[in-house]
Amino acid sequence: MPSVIAVENLSKKYIIAHQKQMGPTTLRDTLSNSAKRFAETLLHPFVGAPKNDPAHEEFWALKDISFDIQQGDRVGIIGSNGAGKSTLLKILSRITEPSSGQIRIHGRVSSLLEVGTGFHPELSGRENVYLNGAILGMSKTEINKKFDEIIAFAEVEKFLDTPVKRYSSGMYVRLAFAVAAHLEPEILIVDEVLAVGDAQFQKKCLGKMDDVGKEGRTILFVSHNLAAMKTLCNTGILLDKGQVTFNGGVEGAVDEYLGTDKLHKNEIHWDNIADAPGNENIRLLSISVKPKKGTVLNIDSGVLIEIQFYNTIINANLDTTIHLLTIEGVPVFASGTPLSRNHDSKEGYYTATVEIPPHLLNSGIYKVTQIFGRDQCEVLYKIGDVVSFEIQDTVIRGINMPRIPGVIRPMLNWSTDYLEKKS
Amino acid sequence: MINNQSVLVIEAGRAERHYWRDLWRYRELLFFLAWRDILVRYKQTVIGMAWSLGRPLLTMLVFTLVFSKLAQLPSGGVPYPILVFVALLPWQFFSSSLSSAGDSLISNAGMISKVYFPRLVIPVSAVIVNFVDFLIAGVVLIGLMVWYGFAPSLRIFAIPLFIFMTFIAALGAGLWIAALNVKYRDFRIIVPFVVQFGLYISPIGFSSTIVPEQWRLIYSLNPMVGVIDGFRWAILGGDTQLYWPGFLLSIFLVLVMLVTGIAHFRKTEKTFADVI
Repeated sequence: MPSVIAVENLSKKYIIAHQKQMGPTTLRDTLSNSAKRFAETLLHPFVGAPKNDPAHEEFWALKDISFDIQQGDRVGIIGSNGAGKSTLLKILSRITEPSSGQIRIHGRVSSLLEVGTGFHPELSGRENVYLNGAILGMSKTEINKKFDEIIAFAEVEKFLDTPVKRYSSGMYVRLAFAVAAHLEPEILIVDEVLAVGDAQFQKKCLGKMDDVGKEGRTILFVSHNLAAMKTLCNTGILLDKGQVTFNGGVEGAVDEYLGTDKLHKNEIHWDNIADAPGNENIRLLSISVKPKKGTVLNIDSGVLIEIQFYNTIINANLDTTIHLLTIEGVPVFASGTPLSRNHDSKEGYYTATVEIPPHLLNSGIYKVTQIFGRDQCEVLYKIGDVVSFEIQDTVIRGINMPRIPGVIRPMLNWSTDYLEKKS
Repeated sequence: MINNQSVLVIEAGRAERHYWRDLWRYRELLFFLAWRDILVRYKQTVIGMAWSLGRPLLTMLVFTLVFSKLAQLPSGGVPYPILVFVALLPWQFFSSSLSSAGDSLISNAGMISKVYFPRLVIPVSAVIVNFVDFLIAGVVLIGLMVWYGFAPSLRIFAIPLFIFMTFIAALGAGLWIAALNVKYRDFRIIVPFVVQFGLYISPIGFSSTIVPEQWRLIYSLNPMVGVIDGFRWAILGGDTQLYWPGFLLSIFLVLVMLVTGIAHFRKTEKTFADVI
């Protein structure tokens, strides 16, 4: 069976311009330099950046990748930030051109790199459906035919003639996704658009995509939501620094990704304040995750997270918060505490420790996001995925039980009673 | 389901094989974008579409006052307001197309970096929006002619030709500026300047007959000179004469501008998403 998408030795290079660091330059230098460069580009517009110019560095977003996608495959593309996922999608959807290599695509492609591209805030919902549909490549007759379906899916019937600038953000996103969901391409390319809307709507979107897949159409899907990816896709491609490091079943790709993820560390600290993450207000010095009792993090050990930082804001009400997420990116909880209540923060070292009680988290890998704030509303500094840790399953009677489903695994109080025998 | 006719090949430097067919397929988008810009332009304004009429009318009044009453320039037997307005129509179409087509790619950057479609659609739709304004202002001209009891000659039937020429001039220049603007935002500053200058060096407030004979050909290097003279020749009739060498030069320049404009646009089009 021929493949619907065949990618051969695809590469994409970007030129990054650095500013030359050669002491202070005068405005006149800058002007004459840019005039010279401008004149050169006008004379030879298609030569590109000069070679061996220290101010220009080549960056390969994708380097020599090849893969095939079969008809009806639902492919998840996984990789950490900067791995080249979005660049790949942009090339596949013909937004940007590859630097070398070739792609052959059989069939009509629609790509959804963003919901609501081209939505105009002044126009009404109805007008935007037509406009957005045209941008995504639908004809007017096609939109007419699906109009009622789109509106019903988005649940905005009552606000059709209201300008979308008056919509709530949820309505806006629903309408935008609804238009895209009613495209009927043979190949659908989707980039991280499910990270929008409320949980119920996300479920609806996933369901819609699942339907599309069941109709035998080919889907390429980029997301950091690994759980969604596992349910939606059957094959996975793992990208790392612009290269394909895994191509096969989606489970395998996810496992490989989690395995190669270097953030799996319980503790991190910085010796030098100047190098520590943060800004002029606050520097994070260390953060560590330890079991409260025993030496192993497991279901009944409890977890202590200790945060050390240096603060330079005085006389303010500071607070610190952690967000705990599963490795798939599902938020488990957010918890915080004020550091000062009476506008009396001081410059200097602080520590904060938070305890997660035993029998709360299920087994699995968790990531921590650390946030420092002021007045419990303003974010001073936020760092995502700063540490991660794994909770082991407890061994019950010497047997390794299969993982119990659920993000949390609380020990709850039950009461049971024997009433009487059926007479 | 897979048919071999619809194989799409993506390769570095490969010219789109079906570019013009694609452009045709996206003609609805072209009109949707133009329709959007027309709808949006006068949202939350009090007098709405009347602005399309007000601007040329006011400019005409000022020019008539300055060039006819104060500078006492000759009009060749035509009511001065009509002389001015006939020139203002194509000039305003040209200059606003130049500025809006020039800015069009940047103001639609979000679309360009997220969706594929032939990029030509964007500046072309910007020119179309201004064409609609041009047609509306044309109604004012008819009103003026009725007011002054001025009847055009049979030459009026040549007017679609000159309108087409204005369109080509606006599109050619607009495409150049649009593509250059993506990389060099300098043009955002240059264009308003050029437009302001152009209003005075083009024969709008005066007839190009006052330019000394030996300078006429050089004066026609400004393609709008040919376009405006053409409009006056067709509408004013009477003893208005076309200066043929200059007019042909203008036509030639307009065509060169369009052809090179499209070529340059298509060459740079593929990098828009990376550069914008």
